[in-house]
Amino acid sequence: MDARLRFWSVWGAVAAIATLPFLLTGGLVWLDLGEEERRFFTTIAGHWLPIGSVLTIAALVAAGVGLERLFRIYVRGLAGLAEQLDVMRTAHAGFRVEERGPPEVRRVAQAANRLAAAREEALAAVEERVAAAQASLATERNRLAALMAELDEAVVVCNREGRVLLYNEAARRLAERSMVTSHAVAASGALGLGRTLFTWVEPAVLGHALDSVTAALAKGERSAQQRFAFVTPSGRVVRARVAPVVELGRGRTHQEVGFVLLMHDATEDLAREAERSQLLFEMTERNRGAVASILMAVEVLTNAEAGSPLVPRLVTAIAREAEGMRARLVQTAAEAERLLAHRWPLEPIALGVLVEITRRFVEERVGVGVRVTQEAIEGEWVAVDLFLWLHVVAALVERLRDDYGVETVTVGATAAGTWAHFDVRWQGGTVSFETVAGWELEAVTVRGARYPFSVREVLERHGGTMWFDRVKARQEAVLRVALPVVAREEQSKGEGETKGEEQEHAYRREEGRPLSFDFDLFAWGSEVGKLEDRPLSELVYTVFDTETTGLRPSEGDEIIQIGAVRIVNGRVRREEAFEQLIDPRRPLSPESIAIHGITPEMLIGQPTAEEVLPAFHRYAQGSVLVAHNAAFDMRFLELKEKRLGIRFDQPVLDTLLLAYFLFPNQESNRLEALADRFGIAMVGRHTALGDALVTAEAFVRMLPLLAERGVVTLRAAREAAQQTYLAKLRY
Amino acid sequence: MGKRVVVVDDEEAIALALEYLLRKAGYEVAVAGDGESALHVIEEFQPDLVLLDVMLPGRDGYEVCQTIRSSGSFPQPKVVMLTAKGREAERAKGLAVGADAYVVKPFASADLLAKVEMLLTRNS
Repeated sequence: MDARLRFWSVWGAVAAIATLPFLLTGGLVWLDLGEEERRFFTTIAGHWLPIGSVLTIAALVAAGVGLERLFRIYVRGLAGLAEQLDVMRTAHAGFRVEERGPPEVRRVAQAANRLAAAREEALAAVEERVAAAQASLATERNRLAALMAELDEAVVVCNREGRVLLYNEAARRLAERSMVTSHAVAASGALGLGRTLFTWVEPAVLGHALDSVTAALAKGERSAQQRFAFVTPSGRVVRARVAPVVELGRGRTHQEVGFVLLMHDATEDLAREAERSQLLFEMTERNRGAVASILMAVEVLTNAEAGSPLVPRLVTAIAREAEGMRARLVQTAAEAERLLAHRWPLEPIALGVLVEITRRFVEERVGVGVRVTQEAIEGEWVAVDLFLWLHVVAALVERLRDDYGVETVTVGATAAGTWAHFDVRWQGGTVSFETVAGWELEAVTVRGARYPFSVREVLERHGGTMWFDRVKARQEAVLRVALPVVAREEQSKGEGETKGEEQEHAYRREEGRPLSFDFDLFAWGSEVGKLEDRPLSELVYTVFDTETTGLRPSEGDEIIQIGAVRIVNGRVRREEAFEQLIDPRRPLSPESIAIHGITPEMLIGQPTAEEVLPAFHRYAQGSVLVAHNAAFDMRFLELKEKRLGIRFDQPVLDTLLLAYFLFPNQESNRLEALADRFGIAMVGRHTALGDALVTAEAFVRMLPLLAERGVVTLRAAREAAQQTYLAKLRY
Repeated sequence: MGKRVVVVDDEEAIALALEYLLRKAGYEVAVAGDGESALHVIEEFQPDLVLLDVMLPGRDGYEVCQTIRSSGSFPQPKVVMLTAKGREAERAKGLAVGADAYVVKPFASADLLAKVEMLLTRNS
């Protein structure tokens, strides 16, 4: 408040300057006067003193008002200018100070804006160069990201404390399956950047594996990879491999900075393995008994006298045992085929695509002209291992060329019920059935390269078969491969269910990239040390916003939407957002509908606060809560705490108070004003997630400004907010 | 007059058993032990139905079936393929080359006879 002090001292000085000369002159005159003259003077002065005082005070007040105006324009105006310049310098280079006030201040503002424009240009040039330099690095990372995102195997990279630095879509699905939940919402937050893995990976088991990795590294073993399995809280059996992430340290020593986990949900595999064991048991143990009975019976029969009453009974026994064996055989064979189909992962592909890819591959590798049939190719899907498939077809076409001089073939595909027929046709020369059978059994050979599989093996692996046929009408010979048609739902196994749920509840915004990573987290220290004294830049924040039925929680208003996003390592993690509508079980006020646009119909079938708040509680676990005008949102949460048996006891930061602390001289610190000031695009204003995102972006931009003001730790930030809060109260 | 059936199987026990069972059921039966002779027998015997094993020496059952179907020289008999190959794909292939039914070994003889009878009555 030293500006205020200065204002009063200036005013005091003005008052003194205005009155002191008169008083002094009066004093001097008084000293010079005689007794008589003094009395006379007192009478006159006494007569005029009230008027003189009033005039003087009026003059002083006028001076004060004028001074205050000047003060506001010049001093506070310049202070506001300084705040805006700081924003420009640290948070938003494109921001421009307001050019208003008296001409002099305007000229300063204009000069500042010109400087800013020049600086922005220079910054852009630097940034361009930096961007170019980083581009190659980014490409590398994106390539890695793309690679991981495509993997069916769940990939998680952690730092030494078990905090997640990277995960792919498969890992997210696995984590969600790992939590014990009945509702899709409740599983969110099972996996997130900076979060610990130990909520669903058994700490003891992973810890042991990591110890083994460290031991292997210390011994200088080349592969420090360890395998282990664990059971998740929801009872899924997960097989995992863990390998260290090693960095070359200062003294050229290898340092473990984290680890990579490759995981695979083996629950179904294990079930199938158990089935296979059961099958084997059926085939061996049970049939062994049956065969023994039959052998015994036959032995007795050969020695039995004709007409013995034993004979029909033995024959019946043999028939019964043999029938049992037959039934078991039929059943196990069917089971075995079904189980076998799961042994090799085959990729679903549309027939049309398969035909086109095959055409290109065969033309290129074998050099035979390949046409695609004129007939329409049906839109069915089949499951193939493309590598095996292409080599099989190429090998067959190569045999046709080498042994029968076929120079062009036609490929096409049609559907026949549950089968897709993939045809390779050619004009003229027929091939004997025996020859085709021979080709089926030979090792596949393309351009002299022999592969360790035969056509028949590959086709059996695909659940398919092949035969030769003639199309008399067209004078054509055809090699027809039948493959089972797969249901289109199977196209992306596993993905369908989670995606569907997400769409239904729309609580997670996919940003198009299913993989999230932040390798800077490798450098993260452990969480020891009190939250209060840790630097703001290192903390994890959950920035949230709520939409409500009204403004009075104590009178029964309820939350109808909660949106949140996390800030990890100083970056807003849009891909890990939380968004959920809530059925408030009470009517919405028309005024609130006008603000948030959520209508009662949208809330039908949504979960209640009893389901959503515990999920949000878990989502926010271990982080600092941040909200704009946090007191309002916190009040709604607190009123629910007791009933739900949860407590939001983490520290809370209010961006509104922090904004008052940073920008006391700005007209408004509302969310819109902050977004404008920091150049944040407002998307979805008055949706919980939209506002949470803007709040998060604004908060991230406030951090460097806070640091400059000496607000580095959480404690300092809370004190600064507290201080502005009290200051606000005093107004 | 009884319907005529040709049994083509290289496994003697099965061929014998089938011949016996079919005769007992009132059919006229001829037997062949490989693909080549099967085609001769079928041409001469003009059967109403052929029980055709898939795994034959020389020309296999699929080929025999295709040959029967592609030659218009004799009235087309019903073809029931018998095989130890239980895969779904094999069944599809059998039906694709022209078989009317596909029976996987081991089978209960009563089921097979029922199938034969059904195919032959549907014919007439």
